[in-house]
Amino acid sequence: MKNKTFRNMLIPAIIALIAIIVPTLLIKLAVIDEYTAQIITLGGINAIMALSVNMICGITGQLSLGQAGFMAIGAYSTILLTESAHIPLPLAVILAAIITAIFGFIIGFPTLKLEGDYLAIVTLGFGEIIRVVLVNLKDITGGPNGKQFNTILTFDPTIAYVVIIGALITLIIFLQNFIRSTYGRAILAVREDEIAANSAGVGVFKYKMLGFIVASIVAGIGGALYVCFIGFIKPDQASFNKSIDYLIFVVLGGMGSTTGSVLAAFVLTYLQEFLRILQDYRMLLYPVVLILVMIFRPQGLLGTKEMNFVKTFDKLRGFIAKKIGGEKEDGK
Amino acid sequence: MENKLRLQATGISIVFGGLRAVSDFSCDLFDGELVGLIGPNGAGKTTVFNMLSGIYTPTSGQITFWDKDDKACVINKKSPSQLNRLGIARTFQNIRLFGSLSVRDNVKIALHQSRNVNFFDVLFRTPRFRLDEKSMNEKAEQLLSLFKIDNKSNELAKNLPYGEQRKLEIVRALASNPRLLLLDEPAAGMNPQETEDLMNLIAFIRKEFKLTILLIEHDMRLVMGICEKIMVLDYGKTIAVGKPDEIKTNPLVIKAYLGQEAADA
Repeated sequence: MKNKTFRNMLIPAIIALIAIIVPTLLIKLAVIDEYTAQIITLGGINAIMALSVNMICGITGQLSLGQAGFMAIGAYSTILLTESAHIPLPLAVILAAIITAIFGFIIGFPTLKLEGDYLAIVTLGFGEIIRVVLVNLKDITGGPNGKQFNTILTFDPTIAYVVIIGALITLIIFLQNFIRSTYGRAILAVREDEIAANSAGVGVFKYKMLGFIVASIVAGIGGALYVCFIGFIKPDQASFNKSIDYLIFVVLGGMGSTTGSVLAAFVLTYLQEFLRILQDYRMLLYPVVLILVMIFRPQGLLGTKEMNFVKTFDKLRGFIAKKIGGEKEDGK
Repeated sequence: MENKLRLQATGISIVFGGLRAVSDFSCDLFDGELVGLIGPNGAGKTTVFNMLSGIYTPTSGQITFWDKDDKACVINKKSPSQLNRLGIARTFQNIRLFGSLSVRDNVKIALHQSRNVNFFDVLFRTPRFRLDEKSMNEKAEQLLSLFKIDNKSNELAKNLPYGEQRKLEIVRALASNPRLLLLDEPAAGMNPQETEDLMNLIAFIRKEFKLTILLIEHDMRLVMGICEKIMVLDYGKTIAVGKPDEIKTNPLVIKAYLGQEAADA
């Protein structure tokens, strides 16, 4: 039993380390050029945003169209904390996440009593409010021209990759642990059936709120890392269009599937760049891909399935063992 | 055994717009009793259940419940989840399971009140978290085995056959360790054999868990077979309360079900 627990932790840990170390070396050795490295890293940030949207839309079951608003709060908070308050960057990112959580609580309090479409409209309005406020608070935010914010992540693609993919993997682990706990199950129960959840002793509002706050924390971290990496942010980052972009990752990958959301975020980020060779036609192809997926797989590419590294490993080992065993028999 | 009150409703009424769905409903449920609530369609049985379980707030009247520590509390304005914590659990007429979650998770959700882990344990999967999960899994498994559906604990709840979905709902209700169990048409859609099994099962869990049970049922064989006391509702009013034999011959009840002529006959 003890060994099994250890093994179940070891396999994902090794895979996580490989996912960080191998590309880092490749970037360092210039096998992966800086441009591609940047796209992968940007994919990582998009994946963090997809995790956030998946948390609120897929797991909690509440349609939010304002996640980009939370992202912008995270980003601008980071800038303010480091530039005005001179807080070291790593601490500033964590504080930015907490600030975003507070915003999540304030927004969630009146709105989570609403359901479905109404919540979507309110969160949409929230994103726009954030954008307008950011445009008009010129002294603090730099207004519509945005704000420059250069950090070590902006200049060094290797460090950027390690930090951002590292953050992504940490978030995935924490979120998966969270979802597969009493808290996560209560949130899923609310998604499945509010009345039944309530009668089974799950405080519906409390757990909706928890899901909403967790989602906003993740978005805040995404925003903080985004601004550190890109080195620039403007209020448009909080706009409705951006929120929709992140929602698309989740819808395409599979609502409620962490694996699907993360994969879709990377694939679509790369696709957008890859399609640049088609020039303006890429604007045509991208939606066509979306439409095709929605027609042929409306539940998203992975549905609600999750990939389990330990199980995959066991299957692979079984498969190889069978192959080798088979060959031995042939040899006889 | 039957002298301690578990739940007392006095004169509860509920009005929806101009409709008085339930008027002046009173009942005393004693500890360990098995009471049936019957009545023709639309009589207000489920509305009574919804008031007792906190889904509706009565317009007037008072409901008192003696909780897990046998403390009396007025529960009129409490939410369903608060009532669940006090010790009232229920099932639904139209099954409400967490369909795309596994059977085991359905039960574990109802067990979540008894968790003793904090956020830190959850994020880092500490030994305490593992221990807590393990004991929850065992508890869920044990409850499921009482109903002989423990071999399906990994299946999705929505993929269970109808009868087993009903059973799972009862298991989920039991998992929160209630004192009062409200069963809304537990035998609906079951064949005679399944109903028979269910009767035995209800009698069994009542003894095993020392429960007070109030059930709504249209299957008279089940109601008359296991209930000690029956309440009859018609048009939102209680028209009769008594032992099964008294109810069978009560002219008001016959009139409600079959009409005036049958009552005269």
